[in-house]
Amino acid sequence: MHKNKWKAWLYLLPAIVFLGFFLVYPLIDVFVYSFEEGYNSASETFFGVGLYNYRYVLREPFFLQAVVNTFILVIITVPVSTGLALLISAGLNHITPLKKLFQTIYFLPYVTNTLAVGLVFMVLFKKTAYSDGMINLLIRLFGGESVDFIDGPYWAKMMVTCLYTIWIVMPFKVLILTSALASVNPDYYKAARVDATPPWRVFTRITLPMISPMIFYLVITGFIGAFKAYSDEVALFGVNLNAANMNTIVGYVYDMLYGDSGGYPSYASAAALILFAIVLTITCINLLISRRRVR
Amino acid sequence: MERQKSFEAIERRARRNRLAGNAVIYFFLTVWAVLVLFPFYWMLLTSVKSYGAYNSEYIPAFYTLSPTLENYFSAFHAVPLGRYFLNTVIFTAITTLAMLIVVILAAFAFARLEFRGKNLVFTLFLSLMMIPNELVVITNFVTITKWGMRNTFSGLILPSITSVFYIYLLKENFEQIPDELYRAAKVDGTSDFKYLWKVMLPICQPTIVTITILKIIECWNSYVWPRLITDDSAYYLVSGGIQEIRESGFGRENIPAMMAAVVVVSAPLIVLFLVFRNKVMAGVSRGGLKG
Repeated sequence: MHKNKWKAWLYLLPAIVFLGFFLVYPLIDVFVYSFEEGYNSASETFFGVGLYNYRYVLREPFFLQAVVNTFILVIITVPVSTGLALLISAGLNHITPLKKLFQTIYFLPYVTNTLAVGLVFMVLFKKTAYSDGMINLLIRLFGGESVDFIDGPYWAKMMVTCLYTIWIVMPFKVLILTSALASVNPDYYKAARVDATPPWRVFTRITLPMISPMIFYLVITGFIGAFKAYSDEVALFGVNLNAANMNTIVGYVYDMLYGDSGGYPSYASAAALILFAIVLTITCINLLISRRRVR
Repeated sequence: MERQKSFEAIERRARRNRLAGNAVIYFFLTVWAVLVLFPFYWMLLTSVKSYGAYNSEYIPAFYTLSPTLENYFSAFHAVPLGRYFLNTVIFTAITTLAMLIVVILAAFAFARLEFRGKNLVFTLFLSLMMIPNELVVITNFVTITKWGMRNTFSGLILPSITSVFYIYLLKENFEQIPDELYRAAKVDGTSDFKYLWKVMLPICQPTIVTITILKIIECWNSYVWPRLITDDSAYYLVSGGIQEIRESGFGRENIPAMMAAVVVVSAPLIVLFLVFRNKVMAGVSRGGLKG
């Protein structure tokens, strides 16, 4: 028995070592960094302990711009993608022929490299000297003005970012909602049919309440994911997101850590912890609402 | 007679409504399918247009009559795409393999072995799932830099190995194996390790395959960590390579060659997905995190 106990820890050892080094220790360390004022990464020295890093980050225009961008992105993409996914899944659940084909197609963006396909979106939306690009061609076909979506006005850049983000997050939501819809007990629908309930009423009174836990799950994970937006923006606008005015909070963290503006792990830590506080707050609000709404 | 007729009329109308409804549903589903597929079509199409042809099209053509493979040639020769590709394969293979070993051992300990504090340790493990990657990346970056592991495979791989979620997933699966099998094996004098290797792993093969595929997808698409830890293009993975191509290009704005690179980078995962379609989708709905 004694030998057995020792053996279990041996099996656990690799996991504990890796988790300790790369998850637990960094978690403590990020708090330490965020309070060390004037930290110098070359000499590993700092002047004092306090809240200066937070004050600095909260006053920096680049960070504030990143917060604004991230919030706009979250507020637009989460409701739109969840609503659209709900419609698509409801449609998928209504049909039998070709259902598998549609499901396979809809899932494709999940398995693609975000950076690579972002480049395709850039090409589609970009306006260059020799061509207005695919999307502008369509806009002009319908009588609109062509816009440079990649180097142009802020709203145009934000729109591409939102579209691309929605395109990327849809597969997961459609997948989850389709299986949630399929698992609703068909007896409820049969009962509704006997009573000749109109389809819209069936949807709002039976379907939505039955799958509301899954919708809230998607909203919560959607919020968390959207707040961490970063690589989609890099794919569209390049590494220097501050120059494009399209940086996100996570992008700001990495910029502070590494690259031309890097070398400030203290500022990066403070920004990361601010992000974490925002995400935690929003998630708690979501959970409170869902506890009240979901049966 | 009158009633009979109206009944038929009602039924006919209902059928017509249903058909019309189905047509609307199919229409919208097709629209979304086109929106999803269009970028893929566009990258394939552009990648087979020649540089001259592409740049002379003010209005982009939706098809090409003279497909060429020259862009694929320049994607592999003007930039070290083959190198990026090889790096990613090495990174993905080693990370996934190491992850499997660590995860299987830990899940086995939690599911099969008895030791004091097991529940406490397992709860601690689970609570680690809530730590966002963005928080720990900062210190990991400093640690790896301090260890002099920048621009090495160890630096790329080490922090990416463990996954608490997969330990949890596998542990749940291991626990479904009846205890009788274990006791029978013990009576026969089978060691724990042999039991794990010869009995548990074959039984839980579907879960292992799922975990492996999810990890491969994650590794293949990882961008943030590799970008932080490598600035020598000899160690770039495909994501970093694509970004490099985007920034500095082929010396000129060679969009068709870029698209060829994009096709090459995207193809392996799409093939993997089409082959293991059900496994990937079942796995993602159980444990997908992107979204």
